[in-house]
Amino acid sequence: MTAASDMMGGRSATTAPAAIELRGISKAFGPVQANRNINLSVPKGTIHGIIGENGAGKSTLMSILYGFYKPDSGQVLVNGQPITIADSQTAIRAGIGMVFQHFKLVQNFTVLENIILGVEDGALLRPSLSKARGVLKQLATEYQLNVDPDETIENLSVGHQQRVEILKALYRQADILILDEPTGVLTPAEADHLFRILEGLRDEGKTIILITHKLREIMDITDNVSVMRRGEMVASVKTAETSPEHLAELMVGRKVLLNVEKTPATPKAPILEVRNLTMTDIEGVERLRGIDLNIRAGEILGLAGVSGNGQTTLLEILGGYPPKGSKVGGEIRMNGAPLPIGGRGCDAAQRRRSGIGHIPEDRQVEGLIMDFAAWENVAFGWQDAPEFTKGMLMDNAAIRADAAAKMERFDVRPRNPNLAARNFSGGNQQKIVVAREIERNPDLLLIGQPTRGVDIGAIEFIHKQIVALRDAGKAILLVSVELDEILALSDRIAVMFDGRIMGERLPGNTTTGELGLLMAGVTDTDHTPENAGIPPGTAHVDDLPQEPV
Amino acid sequence: MKFKDSLIALIVLGICLVWAVIDGGAASQGIGSALRLMTPLLLACLAGLYSERAGVFDIGLEGKMLMAAFTAASVAYLTGSAWLGLLAGIGGSLALSLVHGLASITFRGNQLIAGVAINFLASGLTVLVGQNAFGLGGRTPALTGAGRFQPITLPFADALRDVPVVGPIYSGLISGNTILVYVALLLVPVTWWVLFRTRFGLRLRAVGENPASVDTAGVSVTRLRYAAVAICGILCGIAGAYLATGLSAGFVKEMTAGRGFIALAALIFAKWRPWQALFATFLFGLLEAIANLYPNLDLGFITIPSMFMNALPYILTVIILAGFVGRAIPPRAGGEPYVKER
Amino acid sequence: MEKMPKWADVILTPLISLILAMAISALVILAIGESPVMAMKTMVEGALGSSYGWGFTLYYATNFIFTGLAVMVAYHASLFNIGGEGQAAMGGLGVALVLLYLPLPHWAIALPVAMIGAAAFGAAWAFIPAYLQAKRGSHIVITTIMFNFIAAAALNYVLVNKLRPVGSMDPASARFPESTNIPALTDIAAGLGLEWGKNTPVNITFLVAIVACLLIWLLIWRTRLGYEIRVLGKSEPGAVYAGISPVRITVIAMLISGGLAGLMAINNVMGESERLVLNAVEGAGFIGIAVALMGRNHPFGVFLAALLFGFLYQGGGELALWTSIPRELIVVIQALVILFTGALDNMVRMPLERIFLSMRRTTGGAK
Repeated sequence: MTAASDMMGGRSATTAPAAIELRGISKAFGPVQANRNINLSVPKGTIHGIIGENGAGKSTLMSILYGFYKPDSGQVLVNGQPITIADSQTAIRAGIGMVFQHFKLVQNFTVLENIILGVEDGALLRPSLSKARGVLKQLATEYQLNVDPDETIENLSVGHQQRVEILKALYRQADILILDEPTGVLTPAEADHLFRILEGLRDEGKTIILITHKLREIMDITDNVSVMRRGEMVASVKTAETSPEHLAELMVGRKVLLNVEKTPATPKAPILEVRNLTMTDIEGVERLRGIDLNIRAGEILGLAGVSGNGQTTLLEILGGYPPKGSKVGGEIRMNGAPLPIGGRGCDAAQRRRSGIGHIPEDRQVEGLIMDFAAWENVAFGWQDAPEFTKGMLMDNAAIRADAAAKMERFDVRPRNPNLAARNFSGGNQQKIVVAREIERNPDLLLIGQPTRGVDIGAIEFIHKQIVALRDAGKAILLVSVELDEILALSDRIAVMFDGRIMGERLPGNTTTGELGLLMAGVTDTDHTPENAGIPPGTAHVDDLPQEPV
Repeated sequence: MKFKDSLIALIVLGICLVWAVIDGGAASQGIGSALRLMTPLLLACLAGLYSERAGVFDIGLEGKMLMAAFTAASVAYLTGSAWLGLLAGIGGSLALSLVHGLASITFRGNQLIAGVAINFLASGLTVLVGQNAFGLGGRTPALTGAGRFQPITLPFADALRDVPVVGPIYSGLISGNTILVYVALLLVPVTWWVLFRTRFGLRLRAVGENPASVDTAGVSVTRLRYAAVAICGILCGIAGAYLATGLSAGFVKEMTAGRGFIALAALIFAKWRPWQALFATFLFGLLEAIANLYPNLDLGFITIPSMFMNALPYILTVIILAGFVGRAIPPRAGGEPYVKER
Repeated sequence: MEKMPKWADVILTPLISLILAMAISALVILAIGESPVMAMKTMVEGALGSSYGWGFTLYYATNFIFTGLAVMVAYHASLFNIGGEGQAAMGGLGVALVLLYLPLPHWAIALPVAMIGAAAFGAAWAFIPAYLQAKRGSHIVITTIMFNFIAAAALNYVLVNKLRPVGSMDPASARFPESTNIPALTDIAAGLGLEWGKNTPVNITFLVAIVACLLIWLLIWRTRLGYEIRVLGKSEPGAVYAGISPVRITVIAMLISGGLAGLMAINNVMGESERLVLNAVEGAGFIGIAVALMGRNHPFGVFLAALLFGFLYQGGGELALWTSIPRELIVVIQALVILFTGALDNMVRMPLERIFLSMRRTTGGAK
């Protein structure tokens, strides 16, 4: 008997057929086995978590359920009936609704138009629109899913856009709702609201599958949880009978060292001083509202926060490239000397010359040129460096030699400098970036999401390198949305919310709960989101990773 | 409609009014000519509108029109029927649309390069086949009688002829054109209605803005885009047929003479909207008519050569594209083949 | 892991595309009742069978090398410069103005000066679309198309109203001074005591074109500017992160591209017609697109593809002369080459990749 069929639902332990049952699902993309012999059973009327690291195969599995991919082998049963989900249409008809991590909304359509898209009644729009308006009103009262049906999507906050996605699924009469990493873009308060909605839906008899890599969410809201690792389903358990530590171990396959070994910091002279930094974007929206920061030599300042609260903007400005059309104010000092914050002299090349290194948040878009060979990427950003150039020409021999040496020291595999960056795994790609930036020995290293999409072995390696750089007396600004990472690495923690620093804590003197409140915009004086004067759903749309169009 | 949106309409009407006041006779002749010159532009512009609203950029309008003009003229000559010619024109244009669809939808190739290829394919094939079939250096023999679309007189045109103001406009300008002119004009409200009032239009616009939204709603992106490209082919077919069997009497080598690109310019000018497309193409038709009537337009203080008038649509489009006067933002997913996200 | 070996990508895909284009062209020839074999024979004999044929083939190839390089350089910055036609036309104007109005005693002086004129005018014509793309995001494909038409109108105006000698009915400039005529290759051959390519237009610009190929190779793959151009072409956010200004590189890449297209005028205007005539470019700017695509955006590939199109162009002319197949056949072949190498690339590539993958699986086994 498989683990999956052993498990009875945490809530509705009845004999009714499972809402979703998977038997022996496998799927390969070329040489990569994304899913291997997956068994899963999701009882009706429960919230079922699926947890696993990046690249564990969660999204592939859900894409199979939604008809995006055909499994190579295995069987899907919905409500006990075997079904072949050839396309999304079949999935919708079978009562499966999906809320993707990147919303599938038409930005310049109204909410109503988005709702009816694909399920219009008849060839003309008018009847569909008025019907949808009625249904929407009903759903809104039933599940606290309020949105203005005539508002255009691009004017809605991220939280509200997500509601539209949920409404879309409900309008299609979905009984089974799959949510893929739904809280990545939400503030804790918005996430709480989402969870209340999901609980409401479950109590109405809907089945919910929640895909996430956040243990806390699994523990908070799910009835059962399944763990995926490297394409396999390694366990399915009742949430009440497990612990975060146990789940983490299952996810990774061994005991996780949540703490990085490091000695207390011995901070020295101030390296970076930021005073009252403000930024207004091209649309006139204030993204940074007066940031003050100090980082000294030999310390790591961790910057925590939900993504989209200005961290990306801050990194870009410090890195020398404020977003197009933005206005920046305030002062940045590096080793005591002021840095330009706009206009001439404010570019990434100048920043590098001032002793600033930068591991960007998105290695695939910024950190590497994916089509370039590894050796060419070693000169990326440093193409002006004297040892890489001979007059107007590039010194390719020198770059190749340097690349080979770096790949050796950082154990980049395969050790082939001629291979294009896109042919390395996520962890090895990141090692190339880290090697390039750290070995320049910058006075200040800016780091954004150092371990996003990186396997656990590489994470430990990269963490060690960061600590070693600190111990060599360098200043480090670490931006991460992973609170655990911030807690493990930082010597001081600053929390960002809505373009402001909400407060600073020492890792030994704080709790995740306290940091979570700061991340939600709750300051020390007032402790409820309502009192913070910031309505829920104010996370900014434009700072979020947008889909390529 | 906001004031800015009706700006082109006002400019066009302004030019007509001023012209009518200065020289009524020439104006009536010129505006009539502009209406006819506008027709292929408008049809091609609407063709591009369907395609580009669905996210398939089309710089092959020129080639599709040229191919249609050739097949229409050939069949009209061989059968003596302008209507069969029209069908053949649509067929010729559709064949190239299929190539465009294959390249840019099925094989996810570069839509712009596909468009370039289509233009050359049409330009080469029409002469190659035409020379072989008729031996006239790429021309088709002149069409006569039923081989051409003839002007039709609208009801009451004769009765209203002597009524002031309305008479000259209705009987002199609007009446007495070929049926394809009215088809083109009618297609403006039809296109508006289809785009904004029907299910098909909603999906079409969605697939040009965010194909993933359509795909996840269980609607085939491929089918929608092919439908849009096919409509584009049909409209280009009518445009080409009008050129060869309505506006002229037969096919001449390279007879589209850049009209496909002017239509493209008009599409940008109109910001991918049907009513604005009507005014933009009429403006460009007007410019062409003026250039034809006044090779050197003497405005008293300055003489404008016809070359300038001919280049004006292109210059205006560059100015619009530069965003100095109302920015033109194309459909968001335009130009990109749709690949399912992993 | 790479899907297929590099040599297959560089050699096999364009070759298959070419074969496909040729096969379809053969079908078209069959369809109009002619023999493809005869047609091919006529073309080969006419273009390559004599030094006369070679003289024309190389002359056309010279044009296409310049326009092909122009498209190629822009392409590496991920810019599709479809305006080579207009830029080459403007280059012609630059050449004409320089040669007509500057006192240039000898061709050896006239040549570099005219090259500067040609490149400067071509580059200038590319500058506005480049600037608008970089600063205002105006789509460069559309703006360069528009600039082709504007160039045609402008040139028409200048030739009819300004440069046309008094009394001439021909919309063309006066002849350039005798002293500025550059040597044809046949003269050089004669100097060496050889009889080669009599009465053919190929001239020393061909040698300039070869040097240009080498320099462009150096530029793209060996210089810092080339590195920066390629980075921008692959990822604009990446370029910004690396401290490379997209505006600067976009403009520079387009200036080089326009300059190269303009340089073509040395061949056709200065070398061949020795005056500026209407529509001197004759579509060479567009053929540059086919040449760059076929040549896989590498100068050596561009050189080979330009030779191929030179052959097609000259062969096509012969075809029109000796058979009833008009020279527009070449336009069809050109269209098909663009279609298969540019737009239907995946159609050719996907089956190839599958073949290589399965070959690897059967031979290599694990990996």
